Amino acid sequence: MTRFFTSGFSHLILFIGIFIMIAPVWMIFASSTHTSSVINMDGLQLFLGDSFYENYLRVLLYQGGFFKEITALKMFFNSFIMATGVALLSVVTSLMAAYALVYYRIKYATLLFWIIFITILVPLELRIFPTYSVMAELNLVNSYFGLIVPISASAIATLFFRQFYKTVPDEMLESAKLDGANPWRFFIDFLVPLSKTMIVAMLIFMFVFGYNQYLWPLLVTSSEQYWTVVMGLKMMSGSIVHRFAFVMMSMVPPILIIIILQKHFIKGVFQDK
Amino acid sequence: MKKVQFKSSYSQYLFLAPQLGILLIFLYWPIIQTFKDAFTMQDAFGFGAKFVGFDNFLFIFDDPAYFIAFKFTIIYSFVITLITGSIGLLLAVQANNVMHGKSTYKTFLIWPYAIAPAVVGVMANYFFSERFGLLYHLFHNLWGFNWYESVFDAYIYVIIAGAWKQISANFIFFLAGLQAIQKSVIEASMIDCKNSFRRFWTITFPLLMPTTFFLIIINITYAFFDTFGIIDTTTIGAPSGETRTLVYKAYMDGFRGLDLGSAGAQSIMMMLIVLVITIFQFRYIEGKIHYN
Repeated sequence: MTRFFTSGFSHLILFIGIFIMIAPVWMIFASSTHTSSVINMDGLQLFLGDSFYENYLRVLLYQGGFFKEITALKMFFNSFIMATGVALLSVVTSLMAAYALVYYRIKYATLLFWIIFITILVPLELRIFPTYSVMAELNLVNSYFGLIVPISASAIATLFFRQFYKTVPDEMLESAKLDGANPWRFFIDFLVPLSKTMIVAMLIFMFVFGYNQYLWPLLVTSSEQYWTVVMGLKMMSGSIVHRFAFVMMSMVPPILIIIILQKHFIKGVFQDK
Repeated sequence: MKKVQFKSSYSQYLFLAPQLGILLIFLYWPIIQTFKDAFTMQDAFGFGAKFVGFDNFLFIFDDPAYFIAFKFTIIYSFVITLITGSIGLLLAVQANNVMHGKSTYKTFLIWPYAIAPAVVGVMANYFFSERFGLLYHLFHNLWGFNWYESVFDAYIYVIIAGAWKQISANFIFFLAGLQAIQKSVIEASMIDCKNSFRRFWTITFPLLMPTTFFLIIINITYAFFDTFGIIDTTTIGAPSGETRTLVYKAYMDGFRGLDLGSAGAQSIMMMLIVLVITIFQFRYIEGKIHYN
């Protein structure tokens, strides 16, 4: 009986938690399917209306921005390029750097370690204007390269890969060496397949990180052609229901990725089997 | 370190080069520039910069707005850490407690983690707008809530907006921490202590200490840096600068005021704060709290 009671209490708390998470998003979604006059008269809505297709199609295809050069569809495309670029670039470079740090007897290993890991203490927000002037100097403003690379300059994934490599048994390398494997072969044939869970987790983490960037795209893209979804929130004009629809769509890609791939994500980050 | 390694050879640099190259150009170069900015003053006509020593630092210490932002950032990170930590822990303990539906609860609680702070801010905006904001009107009827004028009410607005999404991260990490505690420890404690509330605070919670301290750092970093998108889409500092974080103020001074010297000095002050927090973490947490 007590068992039943305590678990009933747990379910109640969890339901309240889920309610707090879902309720606001649901209300914006429900409101996004109405017409603006309904919102202006009665405020946010609890139930679905019948302007779903009308509102969402218009937002996706409407030429927004000051110069009417960009649609939400193009912003999604840009965000996707940016997030994928950040994920791939940071994960590949981190995977390789961590490999050199763990598997080589390097002379200045400690120095290299600090040069790489101290950067975690200096997030982009702390060096945003100088980073912009560097990009301007290199002529990389208003380009996918400019959106992607400064965000990928991160050693967080390196830290995770280094931790992971350290748990790999030494026998792996010993036997590979007996088979005559060189560093490159050992990396590609043994270590990368072994790190698969970790790689997937880091790809998800960095994809969401890249997609959710707000300040950097705002600063580095003056041309509307390179606007991303999250920064577009600040730029989009239109009536209130269209803004609701845009907000709803903006959160769909990262949420879908986290929900669909949550097992891999959690497995990698917490290294549980 | 590994006992077995490859001999040092040119190929190690091929592995290091991509990341080191990116870090040097897109991170170290701007950091050096930040220091240069912090110790120079831009000519009014943009013809050059002259070395001014610590003038930019003295200037920000003289600026009351800097201390207002400092105070807000400290309060904000403290309250966000406290709220998201305790709610995250509460939910994680309950999710760990239930027999059925554990993974369903996990799925339903994990997703807000993925939403961008700026998106959360825009959403919060709709609930706190004077025109049709539900929470605005609820709080307004309760105590005359008006974040456009009251500092306290503006705090409540940005705290709710900032905490909402961060509960997820705390929940995930606490749940993972709880699941890592060995069953035998819990079973043994059940024999010794019948009161589940006391059992939690004397056995389970101390075992969660490493997770707790890790999350404190994560939450502080979140409140310091990631909340830029929230502030910029909610109060924008309203009523009059009281809800600006240090990062937000530095950005505004650099961007709107074009005062790169001050922005640089503020950045360096923040680097120092981050450094202190990190040293504290290494000294205190790695040293004292270690159960593995």
